[in-house]
Amino acid sequence: MALTWDVVTRGLGEIGRLIGIVAAVVIALETMAYLVLHKLLKCKYSLPLMLLLPALVGVLALIVYPFGFNVYLAFSNMNMFRFKDFSVGISYGITNLLDVFRLPVLQKVTFLQLLGRTVLWTVVNVVFHVLGGLALAILLHRPMKGKGIYRTLLVVPWALPQVISALAWRGEFHFQYGFVNLMLERLGLRPVPWLSDPRWAFVAVVLVNIWLGIPFMMVVLLGGLQSISQEYYDAAQIDGASGWQQFRSITMPLLKPVLTPAVILGVVWTFNNFNVIYLVTKGGPMEGTDLLVTSMFKAVFEFYRYGFGAAYAMVIFVFLFIFSAVYLRLSGGFKGAWES
Amino acid sequence: MRIRAGRSVFRRARGDSPVKRAAIHLVLILSCVVSVYPFLRVVSVSLRPSNQLLSTSLAFVPPGASLENYRALIFERDFTIWLWNSLIVSAASVLVGLMLAATAAYAFSRWKFPGRRQGLLFLLTTQMIPAGMLLLPIYVMVVRLRLFNTYTGMTIAYSVGSVPFSIWILKGYYDTIPRELEEAALVDGASPLAAFWRVVIPLSTPALAIAGLFSFMTAWNDYMMARVMLQKADMFTWPVGFQKLMDQFQTAWGQFAAASVLVAIPALALFLYSSKWLVSGMTLGGVKE
Repeated sequence: MALTWDVVTRGLGEIGRLIGIVAAVVIALETMAYLVLHKLLKCKYSLPLMLLLPALVGVLALIVYPFGFNVYLAFSNMNMFRFKDFSVGISYGITNLLDVFRLPVLQKVTFLQLLGRTVLWTVVNVVFHVLGGLALAILLHRPMKGKGIYRTLLVVPWALPQVISALAWRGEFHFQYGFVNLMLERLGLRPVPWLSDPRWAFVAVVLVNIWLGIPFMMVVLLGGLQSISQEYYDAAQIDGASGWQQFRSITMPLLKPVLTPAVILGVVWTFNNFNVIYLVTKGGPMEGTDLLVTSMFKAVFEFYRYGFGAAYAMVIFVFLFIFSAVYLRLSGGFKGAWES
Repeated sequence: MRIRAGRSVFRRARGDSPVKRAAIHLVLILSCVVSVYPFLRVVSVSLRPSNQLLSTSLAFVPPGASLENYRALIFERDFTIWLWNSLIVSAASVLVGLMLAATAAYAFSRWKFPGRRQGLLFLLTTQMIPAGMLLLPIYVMVVRLRLFNTYTGMTIAYSVGSVPFSIWILKGYYDTIPRELEEAALVDGASPLAAFWRVVIPLSTPALAIAGLFSFMTAWNDYMMARVMLQKADMFTWPVGFQKLMDQFQTAWGQFAAASVLVAIPALALFLYSSKWLVSGMTLGGVKE
């Protein structure tokens, strides 16, 4: 089946209709807001509020309402057999919440195991991202030939669409035909059962994610290195500081303002990474590579435990929220963002 | 910012011995091989004829290399439909998202109304909600509204996700446009909305482009939402379609590789083309000279 004229016109028709409806709703909302706020209430801020209204409605309908709906579902017994006629009650909510902690989240693995594994996954990945990125950035920061080519080639893992690289890696971890084992055999080593042994599978996904994440850190840190003034090094040179001393007392402290937000972003992205795990191993074998997010996805869309999944999502969100709040406190928030 | 030649982290690098320099190049070359090899291997697999799809050869150009996988992919699979679905849904969600974000960002940029600070902070907080969390409620909503398996449902699901981020980008850019320009338009008798439409929007094309590109990429590369929302094969976006190909590893590995090459090459080109600005643009709050 290929792309036919029919498919194209059907798609364009549907999308055209949708955009028409959205535009009409936006105009209707703004006119209504104008009439009510400006003519009726004589509000001083009628214009900005009117401009805000469409986005506000959108965010309320597709972020705030679903969030609330998720809380509501967490207090329900919704599952595969009760998709339409589920009931809601405090007791269901308590059961769902307790189930998160007392029963296996899927079939084998428990919440605590998943939490520990997710933390391990995040720490190992981010540490290697930063170390690898820093090492490459420092090497690339010196004057040398072919710097542009190196930099271009080194960002390739970041530039490839993640879905493609994850699926390609899944093929390459194939026991018999993947290049990883083929190379191990050429080196005289024994092939590794990457995707059938839970421990090796975890190593495999970690390797893939390290490979994916280094270029981002490298680029960020290279930018940071370039913003450090050369004069500091000149002064240190005169004082006879060694290369290592210069690195410790000039490079590292001055890199910190760049490194801190990059690490925070890296932690949140890694913690929430779904694609790498789900596409390389599907969380298997025997749930040995599932993380919090993938097990939530599977509980909902493969085990059809909707009410439980909603409660589970709330628990994960609370963990992330605490982390974000602590970070905002430590880093002094986003000062200056709204002062301008 | 230009990269200054002749400067380095360690000043002593200037006097590096040839051995040290060779070692540095060796490390960099090895890193480049590690970073590029998996993709080269995808290219290589895509050229394999079907009778050698499963071979243990590591040669870059497989014996009997052919473009058979590309032909089969384009004419026997839904590949073009997947690309079309991805394209139309991503483009539509960019349009809808920008429609909402452009005016809202203007309000945040030009007026100090009550609740402005909280609003901006709230938009930032929404970015901390993990993607998977809103998946179930949105799925239930879409099923109930009978928008399951439709372009409309996908577009709605994607469009709002990037609105908070777009508002932030656009607000920052509007802030740099002098108010005098709009005031001049107002003096000439234009209404505030006309001033926004005729003066501010044309001036903020770069920011609109960046916000649009970001929303496009989010929708284009999404797998999770598409996997949940799309059950019919002719509605698949490319990430879901590719995953189905990879599920038939034994028979469709070559076609998956061919599909990946076709999608990845434009993505790589776009990314590498813009990487000139990447290093200077990604300092993330670092103090620039």
